[in-house]
Amino acid sequence: MEVFADFFRDLYDTTGLNFVIFYEEYESERFIAAVWTSLKLIVICLILSLVVGIVGAWAQGAKSRIVRLVMAGYIQFFRNTPPFVQILFFYFVVGTTLERAGLMPLVDMGGWNEPLIGNFGWAVVSLSFFAGAFNVEIFRSGIEAVPTATREAAEALGYTRLKSFIYVIFPLAFRVCLPALNNNLVNLLKTTTLAYAIAVPEMMYTANQIWSDNVNVTEMMFVLFIYYIVLVGILVWLMHKWERKMIILGYN
Amino acid sequence: MKRTVLGALAVTVGLALALSASQAQAQNDRFKKVLDRGTLVVGVKADYKPWGFRNSDGKIVGMEIDMAQDVADALGVKLELIPVQSSNRMQFLQQGKIDLMIATMSDKANRRKVVGITDPNYYTSGTNVLAKKGAVSKWEDLRGKPVCGKQGAFYNKQVSQRYGAKIVAFVGNAEAKQALRDGKCIAWVYDDSSIMADLASGQYDDYEMPMATEDDTPWGLAVPLDEKDGIWGNFMSGMIYNWHRTGRLIELEKKWGIQSTAYLGAMNKKFEAYQPK
Repeated sequence: MEVFADFFRDLYDTTGLNFVIFYEEYESERFIAAVWTSLKLIVICLILSLVVGIVGAWAQGAKSRIVRLVMAGYIQFFRNTPPFVQILFFYFVVGTTLERAGLMPLVDMGGWNEPLIGNFGWAVVSLSFFAGAFNVEIFRSGIEAVPTATREAAEALGYTRLKSFIYVIFPLAFRVCLPALNNNLVNLLKTTTLAYAIAVPEMMYTANQIWSDNVNVTEMMFVLFIYYIVLVGILVWLMHKWERKMIILGYN
Repeated sequence: MKRTVLGALAVTVGLALALSASQAQAQNDRFKKVLDRGTLVVGVKADYKPWGFRNSDGKIVGMEIDMAQDVADALGVKLELIPVQSSNRMQFLQQGKIDLMIATMSDKANRRKVVGITDPNYYTSGTNVLAKKGAVSKWEDLRGKPVCGKQGAFYNKQVSQRYGAKIVAFVGNAEAKQALRDGKCIAWVYDDSSIMADLASGQYDDYEMPMATEDDTPWGLAVPLDEKDGIWGNFMSGMIYNWHRTGRLIELEKKWGIQSTAYLGAMNKKFEAYQPK
């Protein structure tokens, strides 16, 4: 570890390239904490957005008109506003209004309050719902691609609506929409950087702090780029593997 | 041969003398120009209460405007104010659009290369926090607590390293102050002069600036760079000296409701001590 740090300290002395995160304790601690926070944010948002997408796609085809209207409203709201605005809106407007109205459990810490949902929580909520809205539409396209004959066959076999969704329609639809889903999840991963706007100490936020304190913008930009290239690479690789595994020979 | 060398030397020296004479003349343009014109043009802030801001009549007033008026009075000329921004104030001076700049500018070595910052400094500002009255009283109280700040500010790191505060930094100050008002953090860390400006605005009556200011940075007023060592620069140095000696700056600070700065007291004491009792 010492050799590693010395190499980068040396690099700074000889070339002026200041990769401070690899040799200064305070900065490397900040950096590692940022890796952890951003990974946590990404994984939670990916999973929640998938849940929102699946539940939403099912609700879109619900018998109740009200449920369908609510779904349409949700999708319009989240698709037609920028995610940056959504994050700020959730944190500063929804969060604060809930706190003021007494609907959000708060712990008074003397001079400030610890709410149940803090900035990390609001970032998760807004990003998951943002990507979820797109996932709903992606899943819908998959569901619509399932032939009516298959649907009717399931019905004929005595499946209820929910059961035919779970056992017949969704597994087929999922395979159809995986490529589009893949795209949207990659997008979500990159959009998590917007959480810096409400001071979630993820990678973008921390890189900004580090380059402000050390005037090494170029070096930190490289780190930021490589970090996200690697993360997106891993996600795409996993998704492709999954895609290949789910192939049904003879179907699509 | 010897004669040619001597001749060349004489010509060079003569040229150099002529050049320096013309330079000396250029250095002293401004003072005469101001007197001939009968107006002193000063670049000031118009958006930084209480140093320079517009009152309800739209007139620019403030502590630095009073200082500019003092200069005009000493010269016996009229005062004309030009509002400048932090991003363009030095260009105004370089392009000769203003004679003098008094615009809350921190005195930095790289700025001294661009404009003629005259000594001594007339003010200092440093790091402090804005917090609800009674919430905190000393820097150590911030340990482990969320403190709002602005992304990119150098004191974020210092406050978190020195006092263990958990910095929650936002993109802009508006968001950071909103988070403070919403109780999302215990304090907002920023420049004390800016915090004083907020306190003076009347929107933060339940708040205070409780800490002892840290990391003071001096403020400098400036004349055009090539005028700095001429009459104009030396005249302004004299103005600042007298402001400190007579306690005029302390008086202005009180007039504009600014929390008193230790620097002004110290300078006043120092310069007054030079006077025979």
